[in-house]
Amino acid sequence: MNRVLAVIALMGLVSLSSPTWAELVVEVTHGQDNAIPIAIVPFGTAPGATAPFDVAQLVSADLARSGRFKTMDRKDMIEQPHTGANVDFDDWRRLNNDYMLVGQLQSLGVDRYNIVFELFNVLTHERLLGYQISENEAGLRLASHQVADMVYQKILGIRGAFATRIAYVTVLGHLPNRRYQLIVADADGVNPRIVMESNEPIMSPAWSPDGQSLAYVSFEERLPTIYVQMLKTGERHRVSARAGVNQAPAWSPDGRKLALTLSTRDGNLDVYILDLATDALTRITTDPGIDTEAQWSNDGRSLYFTSDRAGGPQIYKIGIQPGDKPTRLTFQGSYNARPRVSPDESQLAFVTQDNGAYRIATLDLKGRGDMQILTHGRFDVSPSYAPNGAQILYATRDQGRGVLALVSADGRFQERLASSDGEVQEPAWSPF
Amino acid sequence: MKRIIVIACLVAGAALFGGCAKKATTVEPPTAGTQVGGAGSTAGAGGASTSGSALGSDSGANGIGGSGGMAGGIGSVIYFDFDKSDIKPEYQDIVSAAARNLTGHPNLKLKLEGNTDERGTREYNIGLGERRAQAVKRALMLEGVPESQLTTVSFGAERPAAEGDDESAWAKNRRVNLVYLP
Repeated sequence: MNRVLAVIALMGLVSLSSPTWAELVVEVTHGQDNAIPIAIVPFGTAPGATAPFDVAQLVSADLARSGRFKTMDRKDMIEQPHTGANVDFDDWRRLNNDYMLVGQLQSLGVDRYNIVFELFNVLTHERLLGYQISENEAGLRLASHQVADMVYQKILGIRGAFATRIAYVTVLGHLPNRRYQLIVADADGVNPRIVMESNEPIMSPAWSPDGQSLAYVSFEERLPTIYVQMLKTGERHRVSARAGVNQAPAWSPDGRKLALTLSTRDGNLDVYILDLATDALTRITTDPGIDTEAQWSNDGRSLYFTSDRAGGPQIYKIGIQPGDKPTRLTFQGSYNARPRVSPDESQLAFVTQDNGAYRIATLDLKGRGDMQILTHGRFDVSPSYAPNGAQILYATRDQGRGVLALVSADGRFQERLASSDGEVQEPAWSPF
Repeated sequence: MKRIIVIACLVAGAALFGGCAKKATTVEPPTAGTQVGGAGSTAGAGGASTSGSALGSDSGANGIGGSGGMAGGIGSVIYFDFDKSDIKPEYQDIVSAAARNLTGHPNLKLKLEGNTDERGTREYNIGLGERRAQAVKRALMLEGVPESQLTTVSFGAERPAAEGDDESAWAKNRRVNLVYLP
């Protein structure tokens, strides 16, 4: 590892954009009582034309998946207006809708479409949004997620995260012939693409702050190595293949450094910071226990990390200046590990042991430091915040299989993302 | 290239299955009973994979011949209790045999692969697996093996020997594989 950022050829085992068909399907497991009722009316098309994409269906699915909206079933709609001028608000109010979205998908010629939409407050008749988005057919799905983002933000005042992506690891096959795939998909699990695949484990995908690259750990050479891979080009750099452990990469907020876990010759795991431009290493922790799973504070001046220096694993925070001493943050329970910082740094999500089960919990960083257990599974691990902080994506097990699940950051709404095959693990939600 | 590795694994798995069975008479893996009497092909595949994945392509050379092959035949897995990294007395024979083998063959190199069960967080489990590999390394050094003959790697919970969400699978996964390098 003398060379800074040695470029590794991909040797044909990485196929950047090969599609995989194991899409994730959403299934709500715990609904939210105070969800806002909204009608997303099927979008109109020119008479005789067939719509290349069902915009309203996707917007409706996005809003329902957020847990914050209760979307009206299409078959309960007695009329389907496509412009605000044709809406009889009294009818829609009688059907208990607070809001409604109407629109059209207009064809503008060869492979060019206009999504025109209007959002209304059904009670006041006020037009809250009125926009059009021009797209080609391939872009209609993303544009529809953007429509959902705008509706979400207009009504809730929180930026929507539907037009984002998720990365995760899929394990296919059974022992001894397992195959590991690093996948990037749309936030709703659609359009999965293989970023990298190997017969050896892949771990800990982490998005660069600009959303252009993933750092991850690969055991493809039967030793742990940290790579950074550009998603657009597939170009891959080996950033850490030092003797011993190379694990748990985490990008600094400015994208110039990685926090990571390395080991000394006697196997002591500590957190280090690697400058990606200069390859310079700075050791941050020195305790003889296991120090790992670092995450940056938003100001880039501190790291949250897991350490078992006090016996079992607990979460600590340490400044990155020489001489900074760590502060312990978790005290409830004997196992608290793998912190993730919420986008506004108001809370941490992490894994806690609760009556022998592993569950996702949050720790309040701003107020009294309350800890709240959000999930109820036996093997809930790897929490990852949505970039708007509203939901936490995590890995769980369902009937012996690894699947992904979502829980709202307040724990009130839960749902599962069921995959058609393989074990799905280690989700990481992209930045905006 | 990948295909070659897969084939090597299968060969190694087949070659070492015999080695494992022999080992079972001296050292009982915690779940040897279930492994043998278990549900046919599943249990068989699980058992084979323990050796196959543990020794991988490296052991292909061992199987073919040389002192490495002999070494690989001696109990090549040490199992651990939950959340523990101390070597239980029943595995002392494996440690001593490996130590004799290594001190008798100074050119031999041994890789210690630390593993955990699936419970807990993945990266913290890498730390626990490394701690187990280091415990075996220290035990071998105490018996006179030079550090230069030993390397460690931790797979954490990522390379299980058995699949399943229960103690019988977990017990097979909390292990250090002793892998002789060619």
